[in-house]
Amino acid sequence: MTLTAKDVAEIMRLLEQSSFDNLSLEIDGVKLNLQRGSAAPVRQPAAPASSLETQPVEPAPPRVKPPSEPGLAEVASPLLGIFYRAPKPGEPPFVEVGSRIEEDTVIGIIEVMKLMNSVRAGVKGEVVEILAENAALVEYDQILMRLRPGA
Amino acid sequence: MAIRRILIANRGEIALRVIRTCKALSIETVLAASEADLDSLPARLADRTLCIGPARPADSYLRADTIVQAALGVKADAIHPGYGFLSERPVLAKLCEQESVIFIGPTAAQIEAVGDKLRARAEAESSGVPTVPGGAVETARDAMVLAREIGAPLLIKAVGGGGGRGMKRVDRLKDLPSALELAGAEAGAAFGDARVYIERFVGRGRHVEVQILGDGNGRVVHLGERDCSVQRRYQKLIEETPASGLSAEFRARVHAAALQFAERLSYRSAGTVEFLIDLERDAFYFLEMNARIQVEHPVTEAVTGIDLVAEQIAIADGRGLRLKQEDVRQTGCAIECRINAEDPARDFQPSPGTVRAAVWPSGEGVRVDTHVVSGSRIPPYYDSLLAKIIVHAADRPAALERMRQALAATRVEGVATNLAFHADVLTDPELNAGGVDTSYLPRFLERRRAVGEVRAHG
Repeated sequence: MTLTAKDVAEIMRLLEQSSFDNLSLEIDGVKLNLQRGSAAPVRQPAAPASSLETQPVEPAPPRVKPPSEPGLAEVASPLLGIFYRAPKPGEPPFVEVGSRIEEDTVIGIIEVMKLMNSVRAGVKGEVVEILAENAALVEYDQILMRLRPGA
Repeated sequence: MAIRRILIANRGEIALRVIRTCKALSIETVLAASEADLDSLPARLADRTLCIGPARPADSYLRADTIVQAALGVKADAIHPGYGFLSERPVLAKLCEQESVIFIGPTAAQIEAVGDKLRARAEAESSGVPTVPGGAVETARDAMVLAREIGAPLLIKAVGGGGGRGMKRVDRLKDLPSALELAGAEAGAAFGDARVYIERFVGRGRHVEVQILGDGNGRVVHLGERDCSVQRRYQKLIEETPASGLSAEFRARVHAAALQFAERLSYRSAGTVEFLIDLERDAFYFLEMNARIQVEHPVTEAVTGIDLVAEQIAIADGRGLRLKQEDVRQTGCAIECRINAEDPARDFQPSPGTVRAAVWPSGEGVRVDTHVVSGSRIPPYYDSLLAKIIVHAADRPAALERMRQALAATRVEGVATNLAFHADVLTDPELNAGGVDTSYLPRFLERRRAVGEVRAHG
């Protein structure tokens, strides 16, 4: 079976009505992660209170934000590192929302200890969402962007 | 500088072990985990988990650049490397030094000094610590001259080896030249370093190691010894402290040798100096030094009451050694059994899979270090250690009895384990008598096989 947009909408409605904040679902290799509200991070039960001057670890970015429309393709990070949207500071980004790109279009750079690695789209289509922030740490397999596949 | 956030570059029980001490010290933890470990217990208990790469260690846990980048990315003050993986690779320590991230361990130079086994041997000789008769060999002719002095049987060891890897036994001197050639080629392929050296093969030896802590400025204390002679193919299975049957005078000499070795290096952090006790000659020799926290460290913690990971962190934090030698007191006897996902009936083949149910023992004098709970997945990419069961009691017979009870209360379903095998070993009279040598476990297995065959034939 596959998940249709209607199924996803239904699951979201159920989550909305439930007492849970997060839902992870895996069906036939399709992973769905839903989160109620805004960017409330998935946190473990509170750790023992640390001393006051200790700043909490920056909340982990939610691994997946739900797509704005069904049928979008994802570009995931091939590496852990610092993600850059532009070739150099001050230069225009490689891609913007609305950019039409090819499989081998470079969509960003990931820096690992001063080594710059180009990230290619891998899918042909139009950029719909850019999830990763410029100059932020991205994890391996974190979704960077979503595309509407097609010509 | 105060360490407030630590990136843990490891997995499994040791990752959880480090998290536990960090929580007690109100230090935040960030776990660098591979894709295969994102659902693991350490990943759930760390304050934050970062996915550093795919399951294969070469793509995740062995990527020093990725790990240091992760530490910089989350503004971690320090990296704890655990054991295995990058803990004893100078590359991680060096990269940390370059990027001003604290490496919770020795300096890169110290890791290099003890990682090269021939250099470590030379360091031991220079510090007046006895080594197994032997030495470096450049040519087959050199080797033969030295070998005649030492006498057969011999061991050929790879300079880049250690922990039982890269060794070859030679029983007849005339086989030495061909064995040397083969050993060199194998060492080159396995360790990227074809250099080998030869040592006398000690037929009846015990593996006794000394836990030390150094402040990096030449001050070193020891926390007593551990006997790790119950091994199979150089894999330790049961460890205990104190080593039974050694005279106080002999133990003191072994401790002093470990201190001498570590002081000369101005060793920093927790480390272990391993010795081989030659039962036939009533002597002991330096084997190697492990520049990391060791799997079996909890037995030392049990009898001394000292949290070794907390001391590692304090030293890394520049707070020096908080202990004087006279502060270190050992009470009673502690024993550890390593519970592995491996099948004794199939020559100890690893048995990865999903743990359907896991019940661990508890109670007075029982400690279990494990990342395994009911439903845990044991990925095939990593070592098969499921848990360490550690018991502490007033004396050795009481500790052995406590361990037998702890093992009986343990249940692991879904993967094959060596639990029943441990229970068998712990009822063996020879083990109960104490002081077994490193050939004990293979002999035990042989005996068991023979009994099994007799039974099978009715």
